[in-house]
Amino acid sequence: MLTLIRIELYKIFRRPRTYIAFAAITALITVIQVGLSIDGEAYADFVMQTIKQSFDFEGKLLNGYLVCYILLQLLLVHVPLLIALIAADMISGEANLGTLRLLLTKPISRTRFTLAKFAAAAVYTFLLLVWIAFLSLVVSVWIFGTDDLFIVKSSYAVQLAEDDVLWRYAGAFGYALLSMLTVTALGFFFSHFASNSIGPIVATMSVIVFFTILSTMGIPIFQKIQPYLFTTHMVNWKEFFDQQVDADNIAISGSLQNPEKIARSAMILILHIAGFLAASVWVFRKKDVLT
Amino acid sequence: MSIINVNGLTKQFGSIAAVNNLSFSVEKGSVCGFLGQNGAGKSTTIRMLLTLIRPTSGSIEIFGHNLLTHRSEILKNIGAVIEKPDVYPYLSAYDNLKLFARLSGMKPTAARLKDILELVGLADRARDKVKIYSQGMKQRLGLAIALVHDPEIIILDEPTNGLDPQGIADIRNLIVRLSRDLKKTVLVSSHLLSEIEQMATHVLIIDKGRKLVDGPSASLFDPSKTIVELETLDPSFTRQQILNSPYGGNLMDDRDSSLVLQINRNEIPGLSRHLVTHGVDLVRLQPRHSLEDYFLQITNQNTDADTYTD
Repeated sequence: MLTLIRIELYKIFRRPRTYIAFAAITALITVIQVGLSIDGEAYADFVMQTIKQSFDFEGKLLNGYLVCYILLQLLLVHVPLLIALIAADMISGEANLGTLRLLLTKPISRTRFTLAKFAAAAVYTFLLLVWIAFLSLVVSVWIFGTDDLFIVKSSYAVQLAEDDVLWRYAGAFGYALLSMLTVTALGFFFSHFASNSIGPIVATMSVIVFFTILSTMGIPIFQKIQPYLFTTHMVNWKEFFDQQVDADNIAISGSLQNPEKIARSAMILILHIAGFLAASVWVFRKKDVLT
Repeated sequence: MSIINVNGLTKQFGSIAAVNNLSFSVEKGSVCGFLGQNGAGKSTTIRMLLTLIRPTSGSIEIFGHNLLTHRSEILKNIGAVIEKPDVYPYLSAYDNLKLFARLSGMKPTAARLKDILELVGLADRARDKVKIYSQGMKQRLGLAIALVHDPEIIILDEPTNGLDPQGIADIRNLIVRLSRDLKKTVLVSSHLLSEIEQMATHVLIIDKGRKLVDGPSASLFDPSKTIVELETLDPSFTRQQILNSPYGGNLMDDRDSSLVLQINRNEIPGLSRHLVTHGVDLVRLQPRHSLEDYFLQITNQNTDADTYTD
């Protein structure tokens, strides 16, 4: 199995297309970091203008932790497209090249073949997130320095102490990996039904956009189905940046506001990943290779 | 001894039976020419032999084991080229070969990969990316991939597609060598009947998914009834010379400028010597491909029978 995964990774990382995602992420993050380093204070003032009327701030509001949070909010909406580029191509791309029939004449069971391909796509997703984490957190901290993380939510604001932030980012990136693996599994599933990758990529993105709209609209009938949509749970990495308060309304350092919600959402995403993967194996085992 | 046994194999695509109750066997060490018109079911059968398509019914036994229950161990000993030998264009021939060798369960040495690339005539271009290869070079690489893990059975679906005449002859010689010297069993489908005729020890002909004929080549078309066409500068003089010779009784037809005889293949050199020594200006002496004749005859019979039934 390890040999198979290594071969799949070798194929992924020998293709120029693979590096489009890494280049796009690098360009996007660099542009935002340059913009914030030139005119970031004005941006922070604009975001905080209502709060600044009531509170005085000391220290560095626009620090590496806040820049990373801003970047994650922006990127985790667009990264699914970059993941779909590879995941939705895993089987359909082989069918398009004509290599699928040659691969399947080799002494490898279709189940192992499917699992190895998914594992390789998952490694790609993981590496893409590691790259995002490096650029958005490590490089931002290097450029902007560190201080407390101050986040404005819809009806309140959260201030996280400087020494209480890093583990939250570790949790958020871990959770983001689950969210992105759900996209990987969905794209991978669609890739079994076409002999070119355009259809599965478009299908993956259409499902995500459609479900995201349903997840965010406040119409009562939609609210009933929202708990069952994976897109509702994909954004819950933000829960790592909320903390409990004690009876005196003092924030408890090192706490999470709603750990049960994170655990429940993570479980739902894991179930989606397992479901899409099981469906992929089932479809592929039955598939007649005619191309 | 049969190495491949197919029994009652059927594949339905909706209401269409691409392969219909097909049974045949392939002898160990033979070169089996697999023939049929376009749409006859050859590719579907080959894909079922390679587990790319799941049969609707019937069974396939290879090396004495059921293909569906012993898939991996059987496929370890099969090498195949199916239609176009598509490989990864962004990799070199060497890297493609290494990758598929590893997928076949072997850890190939550099020497083994080099030997195989030399065998198919690609050693000089081994490090070039496949995207700049011609169709013929890709075909050779496909053969190298089929052979790299030293399989017992080699299944080739149209292996000479896209090759020039020299390339076709090379592949033919390679197939003959694989069978004769290395004792491999080869199942090969091709549209080039003359090529099949030159290398196949057995022939299997199917039409509309059903078997028409199979068996040793020698028993299917009788070499004692080879058709020979003659073209000379003076057909009437030639005709007279043939009638006055021991070959007179073999004369079948007489057209504007060519003459047709039915003759034992072994007698053709004697016929040509006789004509030359008796002053015939020979332009062309051509044995017609008996397999081609046989194929057309047998598939037309099948079409006629269908027409009659309809």
